Amino acid sequence: MRRNAAFTFALAILSLLAILVSPASADEATLRPVVAKFATVKNFSQTEAVVRELAATGDPAVGKPLTALSEGDLYFRKSDAAVFIGKESGQTVKLADPLTAVDAGEAAKAEVTKVKVNNSLRRVIRDVLGTLTLGAADPAARLAAAQTMFKAPDANSIEALDVAILDEHIASVKLQLEQARASAVLVSDLPASEKLAAITVLEARGGRDALSLLTAVQARADGAVKDAATAAIDRINSSLALWGAAQNVWYGISLGSVLLLAAIGLAITFGVMGVINMAHGEMVMLGAYTTYVVQEVIRTSAPGLFDWSLAIALPLAFLVAAAVGFAIERGIIRFLYGRPLETLLATWGVSLILQQAVRTIFGPTNREVGNPSWMSGAFELGQLSITWNRLWILVFALAVFFALLFVMKRTPWGLQMRAVTASRRMAASMGIRTPWVDALTFALGSGIAGIAGVALSQIDNVSPNLGQGYIIDSFMVVVFGGVGNLWGTLVGALSLGILNKFLEPYAGAVLGKILVLVLIILFIQKRPRGLFALKGRAVEA
Amino acid sequence: MISGKFFVAGADRRIAITILILVAVAILVPVLNIAFPPDSALHVPSYMVALIGKYLCYALLALSLDLVWGYCGILSLGHGAFFALGGYAMGMYLMRQIGDRGVYGNPILPDFMVFLNWKELPWFWYGFDQFWFAALMVMLVPGLLAFCFGWLAFRSRVTGVYLSIITQAMTYALLLAFFRNDMGFGGNNGLTDFKDILGFNVQANTTRSALFAASALALALGVFVTWRIIGSKYGKLLMAVRDAESRTRFLGWRAENVKLFAFTVSAVMAGIAGALYVPQVGIINPGEFDPANSIEVVVWTAVGGRATIVGPIIGALLVNAGKSWFTGVLPEFWLFALGGLFVFVTLFLPKGVVGMYDQWKAGRGHRLKAAATGDAPPLAPVSPAVESARAEKGWQVPSGGPEPAAAE
Repeated sequence: MRRNAAFTFALAILSLLAILVSPASADEATLRPVVAKFATVKNFSQTEAVVRELAATGDPAVGKPLTALSEGDLYFRKSDAAVFIGKESGQTVKLADPLTAVDAGEAAKAEVTKVKVNNSLRRVIRDVLGTLTLGAADPAARLAAAQTMFKAPDANSIEALDVAILDEHIASVKLQLEQARASAVLVSDLPASEKLAAITVLEARGGRDALSLLTAVQARADGAVKDAATAAIDRINSSLALWGAAQNVWYGISLGSVLLLAAIGLAITFGVMGVINMAHGEMVMLGAYTTYVVQEVIRTSAPGLFDWSLAIALPLAFLVAAAVGFAIERGIIRFLYGRPLETLLATWGVSLILQQAVRTIFGPTNREVGNPSWMSGAFELGQLSITWNRLWILVFALAVFFALLFVMKRTPWGLQMRAVTASRRMAASMGIRTPWVDALTFALGSGIAGIAGVALSQIDNVSPNLGQGYIIDSFMVVVFGGVGNLWGTLVGALSLGILNKFLEPYAGAVLGKILVLVLIILFIQKRPRGLFALKGRAVEA
Repeated sequence: MISGKFFVAGADRRIAITILILVAVAILVPVLNIAFPPDSALHVPSYMVALIGKYLCYALLALSLDLVWGYCGILSLGHGAFFALGGYAMGMYLMRQIGDRGVYGNPILPDFMVFLNWKELPWFWYGFDQFWFAALMVMLVPGLLAFCFGWLAFRSRVTGVYLSIITQAMTYALLLAFFRNDMGFGGNNGLTDFKDILGFNVQANTTRSALFAASALALALGVFVTWRIIGSKYGKLLMAVRDAESRTRFLGWRAENVKLFAFTVSAVMAGIAGALYVPQVGIINPGEFDPANSIEVVVWTAVGGRATIVGPIIGALLVNAGKSWFTGVLPEFWLFALGGLFVFVTLFLPKGVVGMYDQWKAGRGHRLKAAATGDAPPLAPVSPAVESARAEKGWQVPSGGPEPAAAE
């Protein structure tokens, strides 16, 4: 506790130093004599002159004494006319340096005098401070100031904004400043023509903030302004609806990419080989845990490599899951070919064993898998907010899909796989080692589930139950898309994802999911072989 | 009813013995529990009565699955849903019987509805204050769901693995639905805190014994009904559909109707099992819809032996006794054991315990005969894989595995 407090204090001092001292250090020497003038002022107009003099320096460090002044916390010592920021506590005043806020001891109330302040002076200080942040050297600080002013409009800040707009040379900041000015104009007493112009600016901005400002205007104003506000609200609403739909599509595609990743390995084992692998979800889980282990090793031995952790985990996860898949095929599934229901039960048993094994080794709780820096954060596209990890997962899912498509259609191995699927005996007669192809195909499907686990560890909880959540969805995707057809899996995953996200706003997340399940059940009645049914001999085989 | 035909050799005699044992258990166990003082050697403790009563409900559930899986080749991974629906129907009756003794003292609304600020009883709760209505619903709701589901699925010839997966999706969808608070079934917590059944205290020893006897008798009735169905002409049709669906269809039978009947009867049996289960364990919650539960039922049936009426009962008792023992002694290892059981049974015991016993007995008969004639075949050690392959060949009905003509 004590250590903690000391640590916090040190941190506070450090950050204060960082914020206040370093940028101001060059000008501190010039600021101090000006601040010292507060000790000699005789009346409010003299105080105002000092305030303006401070503001003229354009140094953000003056914010401290000015804020203190407006709150009545600025003092000077009678003995040597030194100026301090003070906090009254009982009969004493705690003193601090006006510019750096470094502690400067205590003084009795009688030893110090408060610098007097009145309301008109406070208004001056507020305007000055607003202008001060708007005039900050850092464009990001100016932008932040403009955004704050946009959301909390104040008619008094219009002049400061006008000055800032004239001085601004970065287009994006200037636009934000103009929008802030427009929102301020709408709450001011300026003539209707100004307000109409402001409404146009806000409408061009669009979005929920502009909408709430305009709604306030609509309620307050009358005449032409009210009409203009109403029209603008309608237009913003319709554009919002459009963006909302686009956002839903994006969420749907994002969910679809997750489904695709989870189902794509199943499209090989179930779709191509016809093996029901209920332990498929556990392969995904193994991939996720491989990522966890890789990150743990990197954290302890080579923290610099953290951004590469996923790249390192990918081949490892593939190998781990493929090895387990290979063992399952050789140990269990090969005895059960042609008996799909028994395969289903045996692999379910394997899934229970794998889950419990992971639970015994890693514990039942969620394990933390971190996002590398290039996967965290989000960016705005129009009014869409897109997170990097979702975008990367989409890219990754598509990459895996096309790589797999290439393997299946363009490599000798893929050819053998398809040959064995189409006619096992014929393939064997042509010299293909069918048991070997079976084992490798199953290992491939499992390995792909493993690398799906690497991606899913970024957006889901890494727990022993990770796989359970995906197994039913994955089967739905494969069955819906059509067994034995990779393109069907792609279309199935994306359309189920989008359908899910479009149902959610109307029915809620859970009911939406139920509806999707019911729809799939009904769909299978209509097309028992899925969306893209194989035609020709494969159907009969 | 029980005619001389009942006692002819083989399977029928086994059925008769099973029914007799169940009836005897239904009478004896409650008597031993109530009539003997707790320190007597013959006393059956109450927790045992509750535990075995629970197992008997599971056995009925496994038997219902055997009817569709063992005899008709439909591997349903959603039988837990019918079980849970029957349980919910009974639970709703028990909730209404609480009356104003709930925490909130509302005479009509169950506690969770008062808690959720509901003003009146939802329409689907009407009638559940009457036992006969609840009893009807216990059979009607699962039966109707199975009928609708089966009608859609079988008519469009969804078979084999596809059917298994959509039955799993069905129970998964119900799981999600019953977790919702606004469904009106108590959400996450389900229905619990029961007080009375038919005016008797659910907690009382005599009521528990009566429920136990009811479970044993229901199971005996289930065995009898299943045996009658299998022994009838319809049963032959059922097995014909299992072994060669297309061929049966070509002979002019409506395979989908045959399956639909078995599926619906089976769902009703599962619903009854659920209804007897709930008052004995005192709670029903959405966890019963978990797809994992339904698959566990499949392993009970598989362990005991499919397409034998007695097998699923033995399987359910064995596996659940094992589960109780494991979770008491080595809770960590139960899932390993269960998972291993799945693998072991499918690889090495395709006909289950009962099937193995029959095979062993037939083999011994063979050997005895051979020994009598003087040329006993050498007993070569066989590897398990070969054993299973042999068992598979001996297994004339590939049990729902798609027949050669329509394999995946």
